[in-house]
Amino acid sequence: MIPLSWYLIFAAGLFSLGLFGVLARRNAVAILLGVELMLNAVNINLAAFWRYGNITNMAGQVFAIIVFAVAAAEVAVGLALVISVYRRHNTVTADEIDMLKW
Amino acid sequence: MTTETLIWLIPLPPALAFFLIVLFTNKSKALSHSVGVGAAILSWLASMVVFFRALGVEHLGEHPYVSSVNWLPTGDTWFKIGVAIDPLGAAVLFFVSITIFMIFLYSVGYHNFGQPAGDHDRKGLPPHGATVEEHGHKHVVPSVEPMYSRFFAFLGLFAFGMYTLVVSDNLLTMFVGWEIMGLCSYLLIGFWYGKPSARAAAIKAFMTTRIGDVFMLLGIGLLYSLTGTLNFREIFGNEELMHTLATPGTTLFGLSLAGLIALLLFIGTVGKSAQWPLHVWLPDAMEGPTPVSAMIHAATMVSAGVYAVIRMFPLLSLDHNTMTVVAFIGTFTAIFAATIAVAQNDIKRVLAYSTISQLGFMIAALGIGAYVAAAFHLITHAFFKALLFLGSGSVIHGMEHGVLHTGNHSVDPQDMFNMGGLRKKMPITFWTFVIGGFALSGFPLITAGFWSKDEILADAWAHGHLTVFITLALAAFMTAFYTMRQITLTFLGEPRTKEAEHAQETPWTMTVPLMVLSVFAIGYGWVGIPEHFPVLGGILPNWFHDFVGHTLHEVPEAPEFSWVPLLTSLGVALGGLFLGWLYYRNVNSAKEDFFQIPVLKNKWYHDEAYQKVFIQPVIWLSEVFTPGMDKGLIDGILHIFDPITSGIGAWIRKWPDLWLINEKIGDGLADITQEAGRTLRPIQTGRIQQYMLFSLVILVIVGAILYFTLGVGL
Repeated sequence: MIPLSWYLIFAAGLFSLGLFGVLARRNAVAILLGVELMLNAVNINLAAFWRYGNITNMAGQVFAIIVFAVAAAEVAVGLALVISVYRRHNTVTADEIDMLKW
Repeated sequence: MTTETLIWLIPLPPALAFFLIVLFTNKSKALSHSVGVGAAILSWLASMVVFFRALGVEHLGEHPYVSSVNWLPTGDTWFKIGVAIDPLGAAVLFFVSITIFMIFLYSVGYHNFGQPAGDHDRKGLPPHGATVEEHGHKHVVPSVEPMYSRFFAFLGLFAFGMYTLVVSDNLLTMFVGWEIMGLCSYLLIGFWYGKPSARAAAIKAFMTTRIGDVFMLLGIGLLYSLTGTLNFREIFGNEELMHTLATPGTTLFGLSLAGLIALLLFIGTVGKSAQWPLHVWLPDAMEGPTPVSAMIHAATMVSAGVYAVIRMFPLLSLDHNTMTVVAFIGTFTAIFAATIAVAQNDIKRVLAYSTISQLGFMIAALGIGAYVAAAFHLITHAFFKALLFLGSGSVIHGMEHGVLHTGNHSVDPQDMFNMGGLRKKMPITFWTFVIGGFALSGFPLITAGFWSKDEILADAWAHGHLTVFITLALAAFMTAFYTMRQITLTFLGEPRTKEAEHAQETPWTMTVPLMVLSVFAIGYGWVGIPEHFPVLGGILPNWFHDFVGHTLHEVPEAPEFSWVPLLTSLGVALGGLFLGWLYYRNVNSAKEDFFQIPVLKNKWYHDEAYQKVFIQPVIWLSEVFTPGMDKGLIDGILHIFDPITSGIGAWIRKWPDLWLINEKIGDGLADITQEAGRTLRPIQTGRIQQYMLFSLVILVIVGAILYFTLGVGL
């Protein structure tokens, strides 16, 4: 059986990839993709800890499913926002969307 | 609605009318008098309902209508205020509500409602008349009072005070009503405040009654400190307490406590009901408009004084000495005021002194223990004196009409020597005035005044108060004499001036109240005909004595019938009237009048004496004390304080205030906040990814700190 640490290392890598994407990519859609990656890395952790811990306790899996659902909702809202921003400003570049600036 | 609730509601309409008129309707004369008269009608209706329900109650004296609420917490107990209607209260309510209603109605006509505004009338002065053009030629007509609405507002407040006083079940709220009336008398006597004499009269009335009020308040305070309650029934119904209070010789001059309290309260009445020596304000109060005179002299204020003594009678009667004082003051006032009235020429002043004199009769009656007779005379007097005052107002109004017609303003429309022959010009006023005047004189059998005055005399005779009896009989004789003098000079004979020739009858709003009141001035006497009176006695039951007498625990006995007082009162009334007519039918000017004796004309020099004894010393004192005490000493001390306080103030302003608080704390805080904002502004770039980066960095830093320093493990 593959040791737990492999899963954790993989998940950490995936999370870092997502984080980098969120922080470094300029396209808003790509930022959303990065967020998805980070959520999925967390899901891997949840599933792995369930498998290597007490199998009768289903909390890990249930939690992972909740995260799916939330992620789906979040993407729907996020994409809608991106589309709305695009219609107004004709851009999806995060740097140019600085309406919150003082 | 229960009777108790209704009693609570009786004083309310006039008070509401006062506020309504003052706050909302004072611009509209018609609306204001509608509100005022409407309120008077409402209170009158409520009073009538209460009165007639009270008639139907058996043993009302033992079980009166009472209702009270907790008002003021006094330690563990409550000071209760409330209303009570016992037989006396019901009887008083009856005349008060009728006279007040009539006076309200009369005021509409008296203040010339419906007439044009005056040519050059100013607020604070009586209206001077307006010029109108009719059929191509100009003539002058009476003009409407400029402060018409204000008058009804004050009148409403006045009525509220009186109703409160009558329905109160305790001395405190009674005193409140009493004081409201004091204020209103001031406002209304000084209603034409543009006249210096009216201003002076208003101040005089207020100050003089105030002297009495202070003593009354002392009496109330003493009573409360001794008994812990001011409720009439609780005090009078507590026999043990009454017995303690009646123990003689516990206070000054050997008076019992009850006597002292009663005396203090009585001084309040001396002020309010204008008894000697505090009577001086009342004749001057004639400066007010005539409905006010009627209001003060008949319906409300002076009656309130007598009513208060009647209320406190159980306490008063405990001490023989106080009774003697009361009897003396009353008797002396009755004769003393009557002598002055003979020499007055102003139609209203004669009535003013006759009021003082008649109030003296009532007080004297109380002093000799004639409780029912005093109450009876109070009520009959209220009716015929209201009638007489309103009648005199009507006469003056008619005379003013004549003055406006001739345009000769030097003719005083109130001087009786300028009148004469008015019976043809003003028939309704004449006949009602005659009825009122005959009632005042005690014209036998038909008028109310005869029965009540006769009862006082009979009481004095039956209880052996010979001095009181003779003095009052003499006063009654003079009353009849000056009343007939007044009627003869005013109405009989031929007009003495052109103004009197052009006098006119007044409008219906003035004559209707006269007619209504004259019904009572005659008819009210029939409810109190003594049982053993020859022929008439027993035809009608002596309802008044039975009804009002039961207010007291021990119902007073009606005096035994005797021919002496009856013949006396017949003699003085008829004799006075006849002599008055006989003499004055031939007198045509003040010079021919034998009774213009200086000492009487000048009211026994009371005003002058008070001026010398009280007012001038006070002025002298203030003139002496102003430069020395006030300017030198007190101002000097105050002037020392000035630099010290301003020095301290300047220092505090300079250092703690300007430097520390303003500069350092106030401005400093603002500077710090502003600087912090300026410094932190660059990091607010508005770029979402930078924010995330910041939060990541801070997360890492905080995580590291937590991990390495606090040992929070993963």
